[in-house]
Amino acid sequence: MIELQGISKSFKVAKRSPGIGQAFKALFAREHTIVHALRDVSFSIGEGEIVGYIGPNGAGKSTSIKVMSGILVPDEGSCRIMGHTPWRDRTEYVRSIGVVFGQRSQLWWDVPVLDSFELLKDIYRIREADYRSNLAMLTETLDLEPILQVPVRQLSLGQRMRCEIAASLLHGPRILFLDEPTIGLDAVSKLAVRKFIRTLNEEKGVTVILTTHDMSDIEALAGRILMIGKGTLLYDGTIEKLRSRFGTERKITVDHEPSEKAPEVPGATLLSWTGERTVLSVDTERNRMADVLSRLTGQIELIDVSVEAKPVDEMIVELYREHRI
Amino acid sequence: MRAYASVWRLRFQLGMQYRTAAFAGIATQLFFGFVFIMVYMAFYANGAKSATIDLPDLITYTWLQQIFLTLIMLWYRDNEIFGLIMSGNIAYELCRPCGIYGFWYAKLLGQRLAGATLRYLPLLPIVLVLPKPYRLGFPPSAASFALFLLALILGLFIVVGVSMLIYISVFWTLSPVGSTLMIAVAGEFFAGMVIPVPLMPGWLQNAVNFLPFRWTADFPFRVYSGHIPVREAAAGVAVQLGWVAILVAFGAWLLSRALRRTVIQGG
Repeated sequence: MIELQGISKSFKVAKRSPGIGQAFKALFAREHTIVHALRDVSFSIGEGEIVGYIGPNGAGKSTSIKVMSGILVPDEGSCRIMGHTPWRDRTEYVRSIGVVFGQRSQLWWDVPVLDSFELLKDIYRIREADYRSNLAMLTETLDLEPILQVPVRQLSLGQRMRCEIAASLLHGPRILFLDEPTIGLDAVSKLAVRKFIRTLNEEKGVTVILTTHDMSDIEALAGRILMIGKGTLLYDGTIEKLRSRFGTERKITVDHEPSEKAPEVPGATLLSWTGERTVLSVDTERNRMADVLSRLTGQIELIDVSVEAKPVDEMIVELYREHRI
Repeated sequence: MRAYASVWRLRFQLGMQYRTAAFAGIATQLFFGFVFIMVYMAFYANGAKSATIDLPDLITYTWLQQIFLTLIMLWYRDNEIFGLIMSGNIAYELCRPCGIYGFWYAKLLGQRLAGATLRYLPLLPIVLVLPKPYRLGFPPSAASFALFLLALILGLFIVVGVSMLIYISVFWTLSPVGSTLMIAVAGEFFAGMVIPVPLMPGWLQNAVNFLPFRWTADFPFRVYSGHIPVREAAAGVAVQLGWVAILVAFGAWLLSRALRRTVIQGG
């Protein structure tokens, strides 16, 4: 459905050292640096997948989304999406995709949400019947009924984001690009947005590509992760595979009666000790959890124990570190 | 086409809600109209006998300038479009299945027409019943009036064509201030908004004839008063059509070039 082959894109950025002298110098001779936003990125995504696209700030996530949605023209490489090259037949191609940029707005600020929707209906030439049924479906699942008549400027961020997502789906696209759709949202709105994306994918078979910095988005939604750093694709696989790579380590947090000194447990590494709380890390591949716990009980009076696998966030940080990005 | 009509309608609706701005506009336009007319009256009373336009025509010219200011002023700008380019929100416009040039053109047309409607509707009845020397005269014939309407609309198309160039220039300059100021100051002068074109020296009038600006304001208003006779007016309309074609073609070409090298600002 989506095929990227060797996509590269670089930007010329004017560079200037601070200070008045440098400012004068820049009047005559300007220095430029070339920033390689994408270097030889290739991947393919099948129909009906949800793919999480992750990477640190400035890694090239948004640039890839913009290339895939036909907004930016890459320097090199080819991209075929549903038989189109996005930037070449842009107007034809964009009919079948929906895009949400979490940090931008496509709704008209001063008019009710419904007016923006009506405009989109005309822009995409959506048939009346399709528009009615799509709008009804979106209104129900995103709970838009009470806010459709409200001018956009009076909506909260969470309400607006739900409207933005609805606006991108009115024309029934087969692919949905979401660039940080949950940025700045509270827990309730986040859950609502996630649930909606999941339903959309399962019931309508819409392919979803989403970028985010919130790993719980990825965990909740994406079967597959693409990780990009410094413009290069670094990881392409499932979360489970990532877990098995880093996931043998467990963190044990123990609340206990006050003790004189930190417990010494062979096979576990002490992470912190405060007198009443001890945090240990255990590699379950080499040591059995039962042994560690029994050794622990021999030394201190346990009150509460919790064992956690490494959070995805930390795995990602470790991946970043591994690739030095 | 429906998309353009729709965005035009929405922008028109939006523009019609600024009632306070309309009241302020009415007061401003009446004030300036009176001031200009008094200046011209003093000017004519003191021996400007050789002027090529007589006072009643000039008064009509002045009122029409004031009434239709929103249609013809070049410094009237849509900050939304500047914002789109400078903040990178243009990303959304680019993933719509229609051309950006037409889309923005329709938006600007709607905005100007809404602003103008809010002014000419209340202003026209006022200036038509003012006491004699200040009153807005009627056109000499139905043909003049019809040609005036046509010329005014084509003039609006030219103005929007020129302002599109200002908007497009922002892709390179990233700031609307310079281009707006330059084109606005020069354009208003050449459109006869500072000194009416018939009062300019001959050589300057010749120069002005070769620029688009005069065809936006000066031409339609003189057609209205009959200062430009019907036959000459019809030829002028042809020139206007030519300018619309040139400006739109050039603007669309420039925009497509700008978009190919677009950098979406702000990530």
